[in-house]
Amino acid sequence: MIQKGGPIMSNNSHAAIVKPPFFTPGVCVVAIIALIGLTGIGARFLFGLGHVTNLNNQFPWGLWIGVDVACGVALAAGGFTSAFIAEILMKEDFHDIVRPALLTAMLGYTFVGLGVFVDIGRSYNIWHMLLPSMWSPNSALFEVGMCVSCYLTVLYIEFLPIALERFKDRVPWPAVNGILHFLDRIMKKVIWIFIILGVMLSCMHQSSLGALNVIAVTKIHPLWWSPILPMLFLLSAFCVGPSMVIFESGISMRSFGIPYHYESPVLAKLGKFLPFLLIVYFTAKLVDMLNRETWVYLVDGSFEGKMFMLEVTIGVILPFCIFVSEKLRNSFVWLWAAAMMVVAGVVLNRVNVFITGVNPVYQDMTGRYSPKGWEWCVTIGCICIIVLIARLIILNLPVIHALEGGHEHE
Amino acid sequence: MPTRRDFLKGLGATAAVAVTAGAVSVSASGHGEHHGPEIYEESYGVLTDLTKCVGCRQCEWACNEENKLRPSEPVESLEDQSIFDKFRRPDDERYTVVNRYKGKGLGGSDMFVKVQCMHCDYPPCVSACLVGALKKDPWGPVTYDAWKCIGCRYCMQACPWQIPAYEYNNLVTPRVMKCTMCFSRTTTEHEPKPDIKPSNFLGRGLPPQEKGEPSGKAPACVSACPQEAMIFGKRSELLEIAHERIKKHPDRYIDHVLGEHEVGGTAWMYIYNQPFNDIDFPKDMPDESPAALLESIQHGIFKKFASPVMLFGACATLMHVNGFFKHGDKHDTEGGSDHE
Repeated sequence: MIQKGGPIMSNNSHAAIVKPPFFTPGVCVVAIIALIGLTGIGARFLFGLGHVTNLNNQFPWGLWIGVDVACGVALAAGGFTSAFIAEILMKEDFHDIVRPALLTAMLGYTFVGLGVFVDIGRSYNIWHMLLPSMWSPNSALFEVGMCVSCYLTVLYIEFLPIALERFKDRVPWPAVNGILHFLDRIMKKVIWIFIILGVMLSCMHQSSLGALNVIAVTKIHPLWWSPILPMLFLLSAFCVGPSMVIFESGISMRSFGIPYHYESPVLAKLGKFLPFLLIVYFTAKLVDMLNRETWVYLVDGSFEGKMFMLEVTIGVILPFCIFVSEKLRNSFVWLWAAAMMVVAGVVLNRVNVFITGVNPVYQDMTGRYSPKGWEWCVTIGCICIIVLIARLIILNLPVIHALEGGHEHE
Repeated sequence: MPTRRDFLKGLGATAAVAVTAGAVSVSASGHGEHHGPEIYEESYGVLTDLTKCVGCRQCEWACNEENKLRPSEPVESLEDQSIFDKFRRPDDERYTVVNRYKGKGLGGSDMFVKVQCMHCDYPPCVSACLVGALKKDPWGPVTYDAWKCIGCRYCMQACPWQIPAYEYNNLVTPRVMKCTMCFSRTTTEHEPKPDIKPSNFLGRGLPPQEKGEPSGKAPACVSACPQEAMIFGKRSELLEIAHERIKKHPDRYIDHVLGEHEVGGTAWMYIYNQPFNDIDFPKDMPDESPAALLESIQHGIFKKFASPVMLFGACATLMHVNGFFKHGDKHDTEGGSDHE
């Protein structure tokens, strides 16, 4: 039985699994890396971009934009794709994936925001893009910035019912409890607006993120520069969304000790749609390549050509072959491996568009950009911080159904 | 009960939206009308005749003085020829630099090339800036307002001439540094930046400069040049002069004015005796501004906000068809009062 408001608002569950403690040896390692990352952020705000990064006048965008922002946005696509499948198409089978995907999207976009905040030179001015007097509708980055900030808000609102479910009727003060119930009632009525807004805003900024580099036509390698970059980014986001859900479910099932049979049938069903999505992405890429005759760069033996082939092989062709086979799809290890390949392929694509494929005019002067140690620290550290927050939330709020079951059975 | 068909239909609909958006973008990019910033028909610019430059670097020195960049350098430092041993670019401490190209000048002499912001007529940096910190003044210069800037450096990524530089080592108030065509010197109505106090905090984004008019004064570098290698004036007149010179001395110049058509035309233009690729100007510059392409794609996709609204409507319809709302009502009547 579905409650009003769809799967975000309802919690139909398996029997509960015993929750593991917050700290395990693995978590301690992650926490240490997170601390190093925090030190990196501290160093950036104490000493400035010049000391902490290898950015220069030829390469104004580096690891933080290429990975924290571009990859962060792409990999958080699980949120809107699963919301589309489970809440807009109302596929009941997929209800269990909605909340974890929503959580990763929420944290993913928080990570993006943090990445931008650290990367920009005048972080204290970040709110300027929201100021109507400074709106610049001609800028693709303006569109990305507005959509990402709106979407982040939408994600937090979408997550609200999950927190409400945890706390309503469990607070000792009747007045507060009344407010929680009131909020819950409102959320049930309006959640559909935010679900659709989430999908809409995602489609908008996933594509605009690709549009950013269209303006750098003379600098981006022809293998990656294309007038249809916005469409390619959107199509690859469609591919990576479900893949990311499978990938993360595999990790969380392992780390929270959930047996594979709880979720793997649902995930296998999700995998069924990936060949279709991948072939659409691949076709768009291929048509674009033939249209602009960029295949000559594939066979010239250049580094870029090899990176492109690697990206397409790992990210599209191999996982397509796995997803298309029913036997392999139903084996969770293969399914997970294929999903990981799609994720790796999209990460590679974003890095290629934003870092590898960038050929500034006077790069001989400065040499090619390669990230400094501090940049890696901040990026990896931020990922670890997000992982820790995700663990904290999953252990304390009803996100993964297998961990929460029992209190609202059919 | 929604079936797999519905699911595929839904995917199909989404893909259709995406493909349409892509198609719109491509078709829109095909016939790009020239929108771009407002420019006076009689906008100003500078014509640099590189065959006249002797590499005295007076222009560099004058620029640093005028814009208070590296002010401590004595004039004698200009004598130092060893500076030419290294290829230089404008950076966060210099708006303009002169480079030497051995044996590339007339009759095998040395050639000197001054570079600075080209002040494009349809500047990609202005189009890229998400807070409007960069502006094309209708009479010519592209200016920068550090108070608006958030430091995203998209302008640097966008600039096809690779001009804007960033003060990476400035911790608190890093700026994008580039030639302003000596804005405060060449404009009459230059309004001072607003005071920073809490009462006008929100107003700091409001336009600080009215549209200026040229004051008649040339940029510092142009005035400083002893060879008169640069002329400051109306762009249309400069183009006439350039073509006249090329016509008069076909042995002295190649028949190309750099900046006449490149990326939609620039205010700063060059004439020279060899292909410009040889003196490190960017190769393969398109005649259309990259900003025009991107803007037509973006405005094509989001024309009148139609595609997002259509997507919203399609999603709401799908939700309705698939029973998102129906199930809820049923639950309410059957399950009774779980929210009381």
